[in-house]
Amino acid sequence: MAQITYREALNQALREELDRDERVFIMGEEVGYFGGAFKVTDGLLAVYGEKRIRDTPISELAITGAGVGAAMGGLKPIVELMTINFALLAIDQIVNSAAKIHYMFGGNAKVPMVIRAPQGAGHQLGAQHSQSLEAYFMHCPGLRVVIPATPADAKGLLKTCIRQDDPVVFLEHESLYGVKGEVPDGEHLVPLGRANVVREGKDVTLISYSKCVYDAIAAAEALENEGIDAEVIDLRTLNPLDLATVITSVKKTGKAIVIYEGWRTGGAGAEIATQIYEAAFDHLDAPVERIATLDTPMPYNARLEKAALPSAADIVKVAERML
Amino acid sequence: MYAPTRRWGVCMALERDKHIAQRALLTMDEVHLLDLYRRMVLIRRFEEKTAEMYSRGKITGFCHLYAGEEAVAVGAISALYDKDYVVSTYREHGHCLAKGAAPRAVMAELFGKATGLSRGHGGSMHLFDANLRFMGGYAIVGGGLPIAAGLGLSIRYREEPEVVCCFFGDGALPQGAFHESLNLASLWKLPVVFICENNFYGMGTMVQNAICQEELYRFAEPYKMPGVRVDGMNVLDVYAAATEAAARAREGDGPSLIEAVTYRFRGHSMSDPAEYRSRREERIWQERDPIKNLRRKLLSEQRLTEARLEEVDVEVAAVLDDAVKFAEESPEPALDTLGKYVYIEEGEGQ
Repeated sequence: MAQITYREALNQALREELDRDERVFIMGEEVGYFGGAFKVTDGLLAVYGEKRIRDTPISELAITGAGVGAAMGGLKPIVELMTINFALLAIDQIVNSAAKIHYMFGGNAKVPMVIRAPQGAGHQLGAQHSQSLEAYFMHCPGLRVVIPATPADAKGLLKTCIRQDDPVVFLEHESLYGVKGEVPDGEHLVPLGRANVVREGKDVTLISYSKCVYDAIAAAEALENEGIDAEVIDLRTLNPLDLATVITSVKKTGKAIVIYEGWRTGGAGAEIATQIYEAAFDHLDAPVERIATLDTPMPYNARLEKAALPSAADIVKVAERML
Repeated sequence: MYAPTRRWGVCMALERDKHIAQRALLTMDEVHLLDLYRRMVLIRRFEEKTAEMYSRGKITGFCHLYAGEEAVAVGAISALYDKDYVVSTYREHGHCLAKGAAPRAVMAELFGKATGLSRGHGGSMHLFDANLRFMGGYAIVGGGLPIAAGLGLSIRYREEPEVVCCFFGDGALPQGAFHESLNLASLWKLPVVFICENNFYGMGTMVQNAICQEELYRFAEPYKMPGVRVDGMNVLDVYAAATEAAARAREGDGPSLIEAVTYRFRGHSMSDPAEYRSRREERIWQERDPIKNLRRKLLSEQRLTEARLEEVDVEVAAVLDDAVKFAEESPEPALDTLGKYVYIEEGEGQ
């Protein structure tokens, strides 16, 4: 067990899987000589060479489609999209090809590919570089959507994703790369579809994933001072979605707040809230609340950006109102 | 606007390539020639049966027929080995059959039956046969090109002497996927033979109303790969060009672009009466029927006898009657397969 960053944990997972399986290779913009736009693939080119760490032109559609084809040709590609915002150029291959191939060919073909991409706001990158698009992919059957918050989960989930055979959209948060945490050395696999109860509590359930988990934990600590005992759940994967863990918690607390960085309208939180209503309506003492990014493109100005994003203070305010 | 003679002129310009096809004819033995003929007839009769079954309501949904373009699929795929890959479009029955798919399984898929190539989950536009390395029909225009590049990448990665043959229509050329894929394939010297079936219309829009460069093979030049235009109504011409391109790819010299000038004898899909084309234009192209052409050639050069070709016609007719019977008698997919194949099931993983 070592204290390493989220970035280092991802790098470690990639190295271990590259060592483990010859079919695994990485391609994407700047993954080789540059070491990755966020340095996740740093140092890999020197060890594994150009064949397995492949720099690509700026052609998101072709890179992603080539990942699909390579996967069908027996390889296990890891396609890095520099940020999720660019995935919109590749959405045809993600939604119309990767997600559909196993199904529309009657189970006779598979696409074991991992698409890795950072997302999220907080660095004043403006409207086109600050999105959280997990709901786009969660909406589409056939894709796994994995979204780790901690360094340990980043490693354990990425390793699992590389080994399984469904196409995965693996979403990292730009603000988490420098976050440190305990990460098991060597073999560490986190199964898909298992949420993590980060903090136990009995008064309100804070359901979150990715960076917002940290806001939820901060809020829970603040609420504790006021005598409110909050439970915090990190979903870790949105598809498969571990509804059972959420429902068990909601039945205990009777109150649920979903916190996420996508836009409020049509976001993952809308789906999670609905599923809570469907499965535990009689156990709720209050309507399920959503705390999310304001329904606007992200502004550049720091004060405006901060105001658009969900925060621990927002969570505290809503939790106090509910109780 | 419409200029059939201009288009006819395009084909006249192809006459200069006739000696290439002639050479192909001379180098082929009777078994091979008969096989070309047989596969083309199989596709034509298959499409005729499909149209008939569609009009009887046995086949539904989108259905795009390949009649008229048989020489492209058969010519190109005959130039491949079994282990080579084929990537196709929504107008794919011909490519799939040419690669060797069982007519029974293809027809059953069109009928939406459990015995179909894609178990009734795919339909006319999504055929797939892993054993034959027929890597699927993709129904987003241009969608197959990046996938073909990826298959090419897997071949290079595994260091196998295989190639990918990627078919697409003239309608795919203005798509970004075409340009991104050709750049990638050329940059990485991927073993892909890109075959553009130029049938002059992307649905109902003429090439000259959609693409700034009507000589489509010229798109090869900026991507630094060989580009040739062949007579897509002449199976031997297509075969000769595809053989050369496949050999080049197999040698590690990278991709090629072949523009096969052809014509679909029917509308874009079953619901299209093709009113944007003149009957005169259609007649001109029907005179260039690739099957009649080959037949005439084989007889005039005394390579095969009338009797032998008729045997093939009869045999193919029986194969198709059997395919339809099989499709009709096959069961519907069970309702509980509805949610299957969305994700890899437990135990399927590696």
